[in-house]
Amino acid sequence: MSTGDINGVDTAHLLFARGVVGDTPAAGDYTWRASNEWVHGTHSKTQIDGYFGLGEERNHKGTYEFEADHPLEFNAEDNAATPVEIVLAGLASCLTAGVAAVAENREIKLRSVKATLEADMNIGGILGADPDVRNGFNDVRVNYEIEADDTSEADLEALVAQSQKISAVFDIMTNPTNVTVSVG
Amino acid sequence: MRTTTVVIGAGHSGLAASYFLSARGIDHVVLERGEVANTWRTERWDSLRLLTPNWQVTLPGLAYDGDDPDGFMTVPELVGFIDRYARLVNPPLHTLTTVTSVRPDVEGYEVVTDRGVWRCRSVILASGGFNLPKVPPIAAALPDSVRSVTPLEYRRPSDLDDGGVLVVGVSATGIQLAEEIHRSGRPVTVSVGEHVRMPRIYRGRDIRYWMDVTGVSDERYDEADDVHRARQVPSPQLVGSPERKTLDLNALTDQGVRMVGRLAGVRDGKAQLSGSLHNKVTRSDLKMNRLLTTIDEWVTENGLDRRYEPPHRFERTRLEPSPPLLIDLAKENIRTVLWATGYRPDYSWLHVPVLDYKGRIRHDGGVATGSPGLYVIGLNFLRRRKSSFIHGAEDDARDLVDHLAAYLEARVPVGVG
Repeated sequence: MSTGDINGVDTAHLLFARGVVGDTPAAGDYTWRASNEWVHGTHSKTQIDGYFGLGEERNHKGTYEFEADHPLEFNAEDNAATPVEIVLAGLASCLTAGVAAVAENREIKLRSVKATLEADMNIGGILGADPDVRNGFNDVRVNYEIEADDTSEADLEALVAQSQKISAVFDIMTNPTNVTVSVG
Repeated sequence: MRTTTVVIGAGHSGLAASYFLSARGIDHVVLERGEVANTWRTERWDSLRLLTPNWQVTLPGLAYDGDDPDGFMTVPELVGFIDRYARLVNPPLHTLTTVTSVRPDVEGYEVVTDRGVWRCRSVILASGGFNLPKVPPIAAALPDSVRSVTPLEYRRPSDLDDGGVLVVGVSATGIQLAEEIHRSGRPVTVSVGEHVRMPRIYRGRDIRYWMDVTGVSDERYDEADDVHRARQVPSPQLVGSPERKTLDLNALTDQGVRMVGRLAGVRDGKAQLSGSLHNKVTRSDLKMNRLLTTIDEWVTENGLDRRYEPPHRFERTRLEPSPPLLIDLAKENIRTVLWATGYRPDYSWLHVPVLDYKGRIRHDGGVATGSPGLYVIGLNFLRRRKSSFIHGAEDDARDLVDHLAAYLEARVPVGVG
């Protein structure tokens, strides 16, 4: 069990947290928040600062901002990445954090971790051209290239496989979730 | 009525506990709601055979002595074996006696049954870990046209309606039932969650042989990396069959069974399936290969490479590139959902504050936490990886009875050896 001296992930702390949450499941409840404001056209900005976790309101070190827009071929201004690309960023960041944490726990020293992601989508869905085409991704592919000290291909593959098992965003993308949107 | 120890359940674990209690001269009774080996007699499907080969079927004082050591007992054969064991142990047995309540009292415990009340200083819960089916709440959302069936009710394919069957879960129960139901002409789709892939035979020997000789079966709960997780590992994809076959997802695919992801929800008559199927089978393939590597290393370290067949690896689990994410149950004529999603113990009669928020007993290797004199036996990885197998009962029963004897002498909690 490592306190982060291999890849900088304090897995000892994470396992301690698991023990606490395991005994009192409600202690594990988190609520994540974001606020979004329209700028112009399809351009909007999202701000993230506070959230609820481990029994209390908490704040990030600062306010983080994400912009999103749509590309020029939609007659948009392309001021920022499209929302679906930000979803890919979320998936990649979550899986990579998982790779580092699992590597730490398995005492694998990482030298470099790089992922490339591709998601296929047919815009016939969002344009309403074909009701049988879904709006979202119909296939997502992630490829990792990892360099690590003294680690077999199978062990690297196991790292990536385990990071999917413990990933929140992987779960969000592969399983249905109830979403309620209200006004006012 | 008074005794020193009440053992609840006359399955193989309870009888093994009685064997060691008698050996130590500890006064006890064994209470059984039905007959010896009741769960095996009344709650298992017709074609089931034990997952462990006959040579491994041993209980303290009795080993398999038939003429088919590499075969697998049918349920009636196993019941016969446990009956024979009961005659050998000759426990103070009260059959057709259902325990309705266990609660602490001044001297120890009060055990209420439908045939009287027992007062005792200690209790061993040997009522099994597989009393109730674990059915996820989404079962309630199934449309009326689909019948929900659990493995505790299932006996044979002809009990099911004609039409398709969705088997949820691919551990030992799920793969066995998927195969026989599909063969009966009811097209089967299996929903694949976490599973442990294992070949029946590797390098000429049964996988259980390898798990024994390499020490994997004997791995102790207090030496395991993460016993919390290890206790939740599903039972390996194994089947006992006369031909000693391996039944894995590839074998089911070859027979025409369709693989889909974990059942994540049911909505508007449609089954929603997780997109994580590729990850599930990859993890399971990798994990199997790690076990095979452990075996190969053990063989080499012991200089035995010439004694066994050469090492090899099995084909990776084959999947279609984009498995379906939605199944319209009516459109695809799926008439039955079979929940091979695991079992859980029934402690509804246990009024001792030892259960966690999920209804599991808190225990340290079978010694209940915070309730001196209370023990549990026969659960997954209770004290060793083999704990839930028939041959796992001996070491666990001996350890727990040792602890119990020390407790009775000292009347204070003592550490487990």
